[in-house]
Amino acid sequence: MHPAIEIRGVSKSYGRVRALCGIDLDIPQGEFFALLGPNGAGKTTLISTLAGLTRAEVGTLRVMGHDVVGDYRAARRCIGVVPQELVFDPFFTVRETLRIQSGYFGLRRNDAWIDEVMARLDLGAKADVNMRALSGGMKRRVLVAQALVHKPPVIVLDEPTAGVDVEMRQALWDFIRSLNREGHTIVLTTHHLDEAEALCSRVGMLKQGRLVALDSTESLLRGFSGLHLRLRLLAGDLPAALLPLQTGLADGGEYLLSLRDHTQLEQVLAELRRAGREVAMMEFTQPDLEEVFVAIMRRH
Amino acid sequence: MTGFATLFYKEILRFWKVSLQTIAAPILTALLYLLIFSHVLEEHVQVYPGVRYTAFLVPGLAMMSLLQNAFANSSSSLIQSKVTGNIVFILLPPLSHLEFFLAYVLAATVRGLAVGLGVLLGTLAFVEVSVAHPLWTIAFALLGAGILGAMGIVAGIWADKFDQLAAFQNFVIIPLTFLSGVFYSIHSLPAFWQKVSHFNPFFYMIDGFRYGFFGAADVSPWLSLAIVGGTFLALSFATLALIGCGYKLRH
Repeated sequence: MHPAIEIRGVSKSYGRVRALCGIDLDIPQGEFFALLGPNGAGKTTLISTLAGLTRAEVGTLRVMGHDVVGDYRAARRCIGVVPQELVFDPFFTVRETLRIQSGYFGLRRNDAWIDEVMARLDLGAKADVNMRALSGGMKRRVLVAQALVHKPPVIVLDEPTAGVDVEMRQALWDFIRSLNREGHTIVLTTHHLDEAEALCSRVGMLKQGRLVALDSTESLLRGFSGLHLRLRLLAGDLPAALLPLQTGLADGGEYLLSLRDHTQLEQVLAELRRAGREVAMMEFTQPDLEEVFVAIMRRH
Repeated sequence: MTGFATLFYKEILRFWKVSLQTIAAPILTALLYLLIFSHVLEEHVQVYPGVRYTAFLVPGLAMMSLLQNAFANSSSSLIQSKVTGNIVFILLPPLSHLEFFLAYVLAATVRGLAVGLGVLLGTLAFVEVSVAHPLWTIAFALLGAGILGAMGIVAGIWADKFDQLAAFQNFVIIPLTFLSGVFYSIHSLPAFWQKVSHFNPFFYMIDGFRYGFFGAADVSPWLSLAIVGGTFLALSFATLALIGCGYKLRH
């Protein structure tokens, strides 16, 4: 079985700016993949080359085994892209927009699926409203619906939750998760790293056009196995022996300590006892994807 | 061909929804030209024997409106889509280069014909014009609209901003149409300018179209057909190549 997405040695420059530098990436069918990176890292350029909106200077890209240049029609039938920019055609209503988009993909009678997509994205009540009259969040939902009209096996969402309220975000992810369960491959870029952590099984991180990390979400988190300890003392300062562990100060005089693992807790408690300090509050936190992301970005 | 049919339908719907601006306004403009020019020149100019100046003017004005509006349709649709970003809705689907080309050219042709026909019908109230050879009229109307529709695609793809498109329209399209013999016969020009006019493909479109009405023209309609047909084919291939290589669309 060929991968849903196959990227080989893809490079792309805009003038002197190298947007992508020799990217190699395979995304197997059925995966929920997060493509992360700071602004300007090349995420959108990579998605654009995949969708045929931009042409790579070097390298090849395949969607479900179809080359995006040589076999562009088959490749585009297999991919649905939710663009990052909030774009719309002001001449049409929501239903017209979705019918027209279906037609572009060669689908004539697609109303049953259009109705289902609208219902799942809570757009039913807006079906006959002109696109101009919709709020930003509503327009974003229509963009998602447009990317799904042809039930593509590969769905690419470029920051789909920007400007969408919490309730809708949950509904959107439920919908996308159910599509993933049905076998659709999902590629997601987002700045909400908690979303990526909760949804995606594998993560790729881009920086300045290079893929600097590629691993399962679990392995990435395991690779940063330290523990964080929030500590508030009833009185007095943090004992000097614990200062090397301190990473910061939080609001309300809380100390932030970084521990290697749970066994180091005994050392902390012993030092506190020796110095005669009493603990008012103590809390452990696991590292999250955001920390892993920040650490990897610093390293490269 | 569902993709083509949908894009064609969308392009028709786009101008139809604002038809006051895209159809009614250019018809009114052409009728105003007719009223004013015929009022001023009716007594002074006779181009063909037995043909009143007002009657002479009608086909030229209809064709001019047809050409300008065919150009305006494809060019403005593309530049609007590019500037607003909704061009992605057309670039993401599996539309072939030919489907893209045909949909824009045919929608431009429909708008051009609608405006041209509107001008002709509007002028019936003022002047009687008979059509001597309807097939010639139809052939030149279709080819002229096709050429300007294709030029509109090229201009719409090339222009990055509205003012660049306006420059193309004001400095290329309008001079070529105004200097093509809409308001005069090129035989009334000095020899040098007559020669220059022969390098203007718009002249052959208008002259051939007018031949369909009066059975008289400045040059043979066959020559006009060959030049206009050849221009259409050459421009179509060039436009298809431009779409195919993704110039400014898939950069």
